[in-house]
Parts: sequence; C-alpha cells; structure tokens
Amino acid sequence: MRGLLWRLAGSLPALAAVIVVTFVLTRVLPGDTATYFAGPTASAESIAQIRAELGLDRPLPEQFWNYLRALVQGDLGMSLTTGQPVLTDILQRLPASAELTLAGLLLAVSIAIPLGILAAVKQGSLADHACRVVVTAGVSLPVFFTGLLLVYVFYFVLGWAPAPLGRLDAFASAPPTVTGFYLVDAALIGDWETWRGALAQIVLPAATLGLFALAPIARITRASMLAVLGAEFIRTARASGLASSTIILTYALRNALLPVVTTLGMVFSFLLGANVLVEKVFAWPGIGSYAVEALIASDGAPVQGFVLTMAILYVLLNLAIDMVNRALDPRARRA
Amino acid sequence: MDRRDFLKAVPAAALGMPLAAPAVKQAAAQRAPTRSETLLLVQEYGPNSMDMQGIGASQPVNGVAQNCYDRLVRFKRMPVDGVTTGFDITQLEPELAESWQEASDGTSVTFKLRADARFHSGRPVSARDVKWSLDRAVSIGGFATTQMRAGSLEKPEQFVAVDDKTFRVDFLRRDKLTMPNLAVTIPFVFDSEKAIANAGGDVWAKDYLKNNICGGGAYKVDAWRPGTETVYSRFDDWKSGPLPQLRRVIARDIASPSTRRALIERGDADISYQIPPKDFADLVAAGKLKVSAMPVPNAIWYLALNSALPPFNNVKLRQAVAWAMPYEQILQGALFGRGVPMWGGPATPARLSWPVPFPYAANMERARALMAESGAAPFSTTLIYDAGGATITEPMAVLIKEALAPLGITVELNKIPGANFRGELNKKTAPMAINRFGGWLDWPDYFFFWNYHGNNSIFNIPSYQNPVMDRMIDAARFAPDAATYATNVRGFLELGMQDVPFIPIVQPFHDVAMQQNIGGYQFWPSREPDFRYLTKG
Repeated sequence: MRGLLWRLAGSLPALAAVIVVTFVLTRVLPGDTATYFAGPTASAESIAQIRAELGLDRPLPEQFWNYLRALVQGDLGMSLTTGQPVLTDILQRLPASAELTLAGLLLAVSIAIPLGILAAVKQGSLADHACRVVVTAGVSLPVFFTGLLLVYVFYFVLGWAPAPLGRLDAFASAPPTVTGFYLVDAALIGDWETWRGALAQIVLPAATLGLFALAPIARITRASMLAVLGAEFIRTARASGLASSTIILTYALRNALLPVVTTLGMVFSFLLGANVLVEKVFAWPGIGSYAVEALIASDGAPVQGFVLTMAILYVLLNLAIDMVNRALDPRARRA
Repeated sequence: MDRRDFLKAVPAAALGMPLAAPAVKQAAAQRAPTRSETLLLVQEYGPNSMDMQGIGASQPVNGVAQNCYDRLVRFKRMPVDGVTTGFDITQLEPELAESWQEASDGTSVTFKLRADARFHSGRPVSARDVKWSLDRAVSIGGFATTQMRAGSLEKPEQFVAVDDKTFRVDFLRRDKLTMPNLAVTIPFVFDSEKAIANAGGDVWAKDYLKNNICGGGAYKVDAWRPGTETVYSRFDDWKSGPLPQLRRVIARDIASPSTRRALIERGDADISYQIPPKDFADLVAAGKLKVSAMPVPNAIWYLALNSALPPFNNVKLRQAVAWAMPYEQILQGALFGRGVPMWGGPATPARLSWPVPFPYAANMERARALMAESGAAPFSTTLIYDAGGATITEPMAVLIKEALAPLGITVELNKIPGANFRGELNKKTAPMAINRFGGWLDWPDYFFFWNYHGNNSIFNIPSYQNPVMDRMIDAARFAPDAATYATNVRGFLELGMQDVPFIPIVQPFHDVAMQQNIGGYQFWPSREPDFRYLTKG
C-alpha cells in the first residue's frame, strides 16, 4: 500500500510538467481563438470583445495563474466548440471511447494471443505464416481505410450492420448512466433490446480497432513465448514428461504473459486517444475526435483537458499494469 | 489476492457481467414517436449553443433560433422549383406580429402581436418580451449586434413596448434594410420573465439561454448532446403559422462525409446537409434522391488580390490575372459543376443585382497583353487558402497556380489551418487569397459595403481603397429613390469590374439531399434547415 502511494506521488512532477507544457503549447500554437469564434461576419470590436471575455488579452503568467486556480477547483474551463464545461464533455465522452477501445482490445486479445501461441509453438508452420500475414495487414492498413471498407461492405452493400450513427440507433434511447458503458448499463437494468442495439453498433468499430491492435499483441506473444519455450525450466518440464498442453498453457504462457500485459496497457492507452479516425467514420462520440475538433478550432481548454486526462490515465494504467504483473509474477512483488 | 485467485477471477467477472441483471426494469417509458413521425437529419457538426445571439455561436445555432424561437416577421416564401421553396427578401409575412403599420412620416413602424401566441411555458407573449429580446440583440455584442446594426438597429431606445400587444420600432434613419433585418435569425423573441428568473444575476441571462430554450417557437429541444445530436419535438400550441407535420426531429452530427453519404443513400437518414460537391454531383447523377441545389444568394467564391501592396496595387496586373483565371476548370475540377459561373458576362453589368457575371474569361492573349502593359516583371507571390475547406480550395489553388505560370507569375501555395485562416485574412498582408462571402441581406450595396468600402471592414480582404467607390456605395445604401439607387449600383458594379480587387469565380450552390418522401424543403438566408415546413409522407 505504501509503495502504491509512493508511486502515485512519484508521478506528480510528471503531471505538473504536463500542465505547464500543454498550457504553453496551446498559447504558442498559431491560431487566434477569438477570431475563429467571432465567426465569418465579425467586426474588429466583436473580436476584441471575445478576446476580453476569454481572458486572452491578459499577460501569460496571469492567464496561467487563473488556469491553475480553476484547475484546483476541478474546473477545466469551457469548450467553445461544444459550449459546455470541458469536464462535463470529457466525463461524457471518455466512457464512449473506453467502451469501444476495450471491446476492440478484447476482440484483438482473443484472436492475437492464441495466434501468437500457435505461431510460437509451431514455428515456421502454416500457422506461423498466417500470423505474419495477419499482423502485417493489421499494421499496414490504416484504420480509417479498414473502417470505411467495413462500413461499405457490411452496411452499404450487405446491409448486415446497422447504420453507423454512433453508439445507438437514432431512435433508441441510452440506458440510465451507471458506468457510462452502454453494454454494461443496459445489462444492469435488463434492457436487452438496448443491449443488442448497442452491441450491433459497436461490432464494426471494435473490429476496425481490433484489427489494428492485433498486430503488436500477436507479435509480442509470439516473441515472448519463443523466449520462454527455449528456457531451461521448460526443457526440464519436457524431460519430466509433462503433457505438452500443460507445459505450454500453464508454465510457458504464464511466464510469457508479462510483456504481453505491458504491451496491452500501452496499446489500450494509445487506442483510447488515437482512434480519432474510427470515431469519425462511425460517428462515435469519443474523446479523440473531441480533442482534434478542438485543436482545429484552436480551442485551448478542451485540448489541455484532454492531455491532462490522458496523462492521469497513463499514470493510473501503469499502476494497474504493475499490480497485474505482481499478481502474475511473484518475482515482481519482491523487486 | 493470491495470483491464482486473480487469474480465476478475471474470466469469471468478464463472463458474469452481462448476466448480473437486477430485476428492476425501467418503468414503461412514454411511447416514442414512430419513425414516420420523426425526421432524421444528418449534418457535419451541430450547434455549440442554444442562443444565436450569444457570442461565439456557430453556424448551426441559426437552425435552433429558426425552429425554437419566433421573430416578429419572416420573409415571404416563394417556390423555386419542385423541391425547394425560397423567399422574397423584399416582402415580409406575419410571424409573431399579426400586422404592422409604418408611420406616415416614415420614422417608425408599429407591430400588433398575435393575441393567442404563447411561450413554451404557457405564458402569453407580450410586447415587453419583444423589447427585452431586441434590446439584448443590440447590446450583447459580437455577431448579433453587428448584424442588427446592418439594418440601422443600434440602440435599446429604438424599441418601445407601447402596450401589452403593441410594439414599436423607431427608425434611426431611412434604411431599406431595417425591415428585412427583423426577419433574419437574430432578432428572435425570448420568454423574458423566465429568462430573467433563471439568469442568476446576469442582465442578459447568457449562461442560462446558452443551454436552454426559453421561447415560443414551433419546436422545443428535448435533448442536446453537443457533438452528438440535438433532438427536437413539436410545440403543439404554436400559433405563428400552420402546425408543422413532423412531431419529432433528430439532428445527428456525423463528421465523416463518406458516412453521411452512405446513410442518405441507404435510406437511413431522411435529409443530409453539408455534402461535399463531389459526392453531391454523384448523388444527382444517380437520380435516386431528391436534391435541392439553391444558388446561395449574395455569395461568391472569389480570388482576392491585395490592392494596397505591390505587386497587385497595379490595376493592369489585376486585370491580367482576371483574364488568365482557369474559370471553367475550377467549376468542373474543384466544384464538380456545383455553382453558377461568374465570368464571361457583358462589359456592363447584365442586371443590377449581386452576384453578377464579370466580363472576364480565360483569354491568354489578353492576359499577356495586359501583363506587358502593366510593366510588371516576372515575380513570385503567395496564395493563401483555408485548409478547413481544402476539398474545394486546394484544387482551386493548384489550378490558379498553373494558369498564372505562363504569365511569369510564380505562385507559392500556403494552406492555412481553419483556426488561423481568418486571423491571416485580418492581417491583410496576403497578396492573394481564395475565400467565399455572402451577406444575409441580398442587396448589391450590402455586399459592396462590407467588401469594397474604404472603411476597410475585415471582409475587405484586398484592402481596396477608392473614394469614388465609397461615394457610390454610400449613395446607394441610403438612396431616396429608385433612379438614384440604380445609377449608383450600376456605377459601383462597373468600377468593381474595372478595378477587380476581387475576381468572382462562381456563385456556390447550397446542396441538400433528401429521400423521395420528404417535402416542403425551405431555404432561408441563414441556410439552416427549417423543420416547420418539412413533411414526411
């Protein structure tokens, strides 16, 4: 427990640095927020008025101080693109991104890990080559392309998938918010119609993401399995006449999982903020497209809020991965 | 936790999740309107506020103002073709006001409000509400105040609540734009008592009105999820026009144009807004959908040449560029035919309106001759354009670069991110810029006042200065009679053609695609959809 707190305290300087850097970056970036939001038919006075209202006419240190004071009170500022407090926006959009990313990751893991194991165990076999092909395709096809392709085939041509209108069909209503994950919230109240609707909506975007996430996971599983399978304790186990399934699944896999879990964490946090294009194609109201829209409009507060949220998530995620690693590997607990 | 327990627990938890369903089913909700009573509209992005008068409101907020609030008057609706109904900007019809009368001395206009008009709250609309709302529009600053000023509506003292149902506007000066400016989306009427009660101390209830509809328009907003959707439902007690047919409208924000196209083509969306010209040209060719292609009144795509700085402060050089422009290629290659040509017109304006085709056309000999006359040596220059509209502006810029190369003008292209573009224009230092402009109030003098006048508004992107031009624009704006007006409009149009600080290219179309069973599409100056007249059969 004390170690945990220490680790959290250790990440504070990093967070402070993130706050300073994003503040400076959003101010240094070219682009004039006031001019943009004054609209196409603005006069010079109205631009000045907006600038004053946003506090952008004050000296930088004063702006920073105001930003910090608000931040301490949990106020991330207002988004000009949505007209809402940034915190509200992020709290609303983060679950959407997280649900999609988790679904994609789950899909990727369920294919990539068996594939990686198979490729490692039967090195040079057909399965190994298949693994290589899938992995190469996964990384080399850009997500917006796979996304559009899937929409074209499964929605436009075949009509199997529902309209890519976001998390739910336009005529369905969202389940009451408990976790923010529609699949979980709908299941909690036993609303299976909404649950099926949400599931149908998430399949294509999750498959798009999953295809992309497949590659690093399968690669690392294969490499890590190969390393473990060559280790002495496996040779001992084989010599002792243990069944090959026991050796692979019980002994080799558990030892090989450590780097896989670490990779999973990285892939998760990367996908969470970086699946902008998938969010765009499927009209998914996620956090990545939110940040990019804001950036295009040089709307500083959402960008700062987004970076800060992601930084905090990274810290927490790393912590979680460490804990999982400790659970998996007794050696990690002593270290 | 032991690691073995942990390993066992993870899959168990994952599997158990969908099964853990408490027996509390949500109370049977009210039956939602069926698909046939609901319109599904898809658009690129939605409103960032519910208050069009507020500072920083985005373009789609005009739609909110249009559908959820009433104005005193609206423009007279005029059919354009089988699909689209447009408007006559010179004629008004009643909305909240059932009648009005201009004073015989021409210094004011008095409106009689409808006796039966009510707000969503149920309270009858009174002249005090109208006064508060118009006072707000001229005082709040930003775009709303600028727009009000365009019609000489500048001070709260101009607005008088004579009695409960009588409202008067005193004119500051004789301005033909005053009355039409009362019909645009800005001067809409709030439920002032409710707004003040919720204002939390702010005179104009800015925060409350930004997030809440507080008026008496034909629709209410049931749900607004910024960046995702806006859900409207009909206000059944609306009296300012025939009761709309649609009970419910869902406007979804779909950022990807390919997805919007797929949705409308598959028939899942009823109406699609903001379709790129290429996709729209395809939809028209396929012929399966109803399409409305309305030339946007008062608007042009243009190339601006900076007339205040060398090298384009040379008139002959500007004319040479105007003769060298690849007009047809731009219309076909960048806009896929979605626009009205603004080149190849007669030497004097064909009609006294805006836009009007300029006498230039692609003619390399004349361009070369004028280039030689101008005495300009071959030079390099920069052309800026907005990355936000790059699907259109990028090919335009490339075509212009290619066309000017034979004249010895080397054009360097500078694509500027959306947020910076306006700032860059405001600096007024760019030698060449591609841009689009159109005023809501469709008069030629209105366009010229903003774009050509020497008071150098931010739209005068070429920084064009000419006292003769200013005199004619001012004379036309407040012309006492039709003859003076015509003389001056002809004068400034000819001077604009002669001096070409702006080279008009095309008048763009406002393209909307809808299913065959959708009717009653209404086009307004703000270009946003009006649900009140739409039908679904």
